[in-house]
Amino acid sequence: MIEPDSHRFDTRALHAGQRPDPVTGSRAVPIHQTTSFVFDSVDHASGLFNLEISGHLYSRISNPTVAVLEERIASLEGGVGGVCTSSGQAAFHLALATILGAGDHVVASRNIYGGSHNMLNLTMPRFGITTTFVDPRDPQAFAEAIRPETRLVFAETLGNPGIEVLDIAAVADVAHGAGLPLAVDSTFATPYLIRPIEHGADIVIHSVTKFLGGHGVAIGGIVVDGGRFDWAADGKFPTLSEPYDGYHGITFTEEFGPAALSMRARAEGLRDFGGCMSPANAFYLLQGVETLPVRMARHVENTLRVIDMLDGHDAVAWISHPAHPSHPDHDLAKRLYPKGAGAILSFGVHGGRDAGRKFIEAVDLASHLANVGDAKTLVIHPGSTTHQQMSAEDLAAAGVGEELVRLSVGLEDPDDICDDLSRALRASQR
Amino acid sequence: MKFQVDDLTVNAATGAVSIERDEVADAPLVVLLHGAGMDRTVWSQQTRWLAHHDTRALAVDLPGHGGSEGPAITSIGELAAWTARLAEALGGPVHLVGHSMGAFIALEAAAATPDRIASVVLVGVGAAMPVHPDLQTAADADDPLAAALMAGWMHGPDQRFGLNPTPGMSMTGTSRAVIEACPPGVLGPDLAACAAYGGAVDAATVLTCPVTIILGTLDRMTPRKAAQPLLDAMPSATIVELPDSGHAPMMEEPGAVRRALGDHLGRLAV
Repeated sequence: MIEPDSHRFDTRALHAGQRPDPVTGSRAVPIHQTTSFVFDSVDHASGLFNLEISGHLYSRISNPTVAVLEERIASLEGGVGGVCTSSGQAAFHLALATILGAGDHVVASRNIYGGSHNMLNLTMPRFGITTTFVDPRDPQAFAEAIRPETRLVFAETLGNPGIEVLDIAAVADVAHGAGLPLAVDSTFATPYLIRPIEHGADIVIHSVTKFLGGHGVAIGGIVVDGGRFDWAADGKFPTLSEPYDGYHGITFTEEFGPAALSMRARAEGLRDFGGCMSPANAFYLLQGVETLPVRMARHVENTLRVIDMLDGHDAVAWISHPAHPSHPDHDLAKRLYPKGAGAILSFGVHGGRDAGRKFIEAVDLASHLANVGDAKTLVIHPGSTTHQQMSAEDLAAAGVGEELVRLSVGLEDPDDICDDLSRALRASQR
Repeated sequence: MKFQVDDLTVNAATGAVSIERDEVADAPLVVLLHGAGMDRTVWSQQTRWLAHHDTRALAVDLPGHGGSEGPAITSIGELAAWTARLAEALGGPVHLVGHSMGAFIALEAAAATPDRIASVVLVGVGAAMPVHPDLQTAADADDPLAAALMAGWMHGPDQRFGLNPTPGMSMTGTSRAVIEACPPGVLGPDLAACAAYGGAVDAATVLTCPVTIILGTLDRMTPRKAAQPLLDAMPSATIVELPDSGHAPMMEEPGAVRRALGDHLGRLAV
């Protein structure tokens, strides 16, 4: 049997979305550090502004450097396109604002990044969009929370901070059975470890800041459009399936078919909300994506070494990572994540909050900061930082205990990472 | 817009511009026909532009495709007859722009019902369109492999790298999604109809209307040499060769195709 004519994943990480510049021969992606682009004629300008033709007109809407990153990540995910944003949270907001309106309802996993939880729980209700949070391990809970006004199902492929493994196909079946799209935040996994669209997800959101970028030098996000969801099926998604006065009555599903969501997100979302990615940041992030396969393989390898070390340490009360047999999703992770379930884990330090604080203050190599997915090993105490706005009740529901430490395993020599953590754990018990 | 042909609903993208406005009542009617397993959206880079440039443009979904009611029609001859009835339903001779299977339909319709067809533009066409047996097998089984194979072959080899004229979009990803959305049981008969059609050169020989042929130099589904018998049969046709295009120039070099369409319609207006 013949095979499709396309490059494989590792090759696309380096090449998708780019060809050497035809004018200068530049092999690297040039940084098109410009706000705007010269029109050929009045007719050309009019066509661009009216979505008659495609091309670049103003860097808030699109930019050639940013477009390479968009096309590259869309290719890695198996989507039809992507829209990059100024941050991962801007991407989440762009997805919500493109699909939803006042009166709509979301069913979301309760084990998600604190900022995303705040957006759904506190901010979106001010705009008339409400959310019901459910256990991501229970597809039936998603089904039971769906209401007539529900328009979106949302979860993280690997939850935060408990690394709950989403059974993407099962939740996608629930969503699709109700005529709804499934959007996932796959920041912790990256397309190297899982490609959610292949499992039934319709929208994939990333904080590109994290493992995709990998170097910790630039903030960015992306919404990847799977292009498989039928937005016009039953009139539930008027932003995509009904005429839009913002472009002289265009109906995005009618004109652009599988690209409807991407086109609306760019044409309206970046035009009106303006959360665009800068060309320089796109360049930095592209440098990271080029090495994603080799970095993620090493991240996962180092993570397994760290888990082994923690597993035998007297100061460690528990470990939460799908690679550990105690994790509730251990078997599911083996099925869905044959290359490993990421490089973020959490663990509890004997002695509760005080011991956790001593541990954090005693690490030397690992950096205490509010980020994950850096090339360097990072640690944080979510209860006092990323999740601090959540109530005690919400914290408990999200599985964030006071003793919990979240670790993002980096690319240092694994022996050095283990030595640092082991020493800090001993210090935590004094 | 939706309208009726043979008492079945036909869906067409019109660039969000009504073709029934008084001010365009005398503008040329341009009907764009998609290829096997695809739909109206393959023309998204031309439809809205045409609609805003003094034409009444309709990128139609063939029966059983996209938003048009089925059943799908399974031979080029019958599809051409349907197209003639569509022209009648629209109320006048139409300019046909066809891609791949749509080009065969346009060619056959113009030859069989010349009173209904004002001119034709053939995009990505050969004198014959043999289908690889593995592709036909996958399509007959509604295997997603068929969409992957077509999306890989229909664009020039450089599209493996991407750099889509539409910022942020993956061309092969979009093409694959369009074909995957084709209803079950439609792609296989579409491809079989292309492979079975042997009347292209005969139709070209009797054609009397103006013709433009747009060919991609990098076309791997209907290679350049496969079009030569057609070109020989239509010595007065205007030939536009696009060096960076494969089998789908309307996506790969959308601006060049818009210019070719504009030139074609402009020549007729003069």
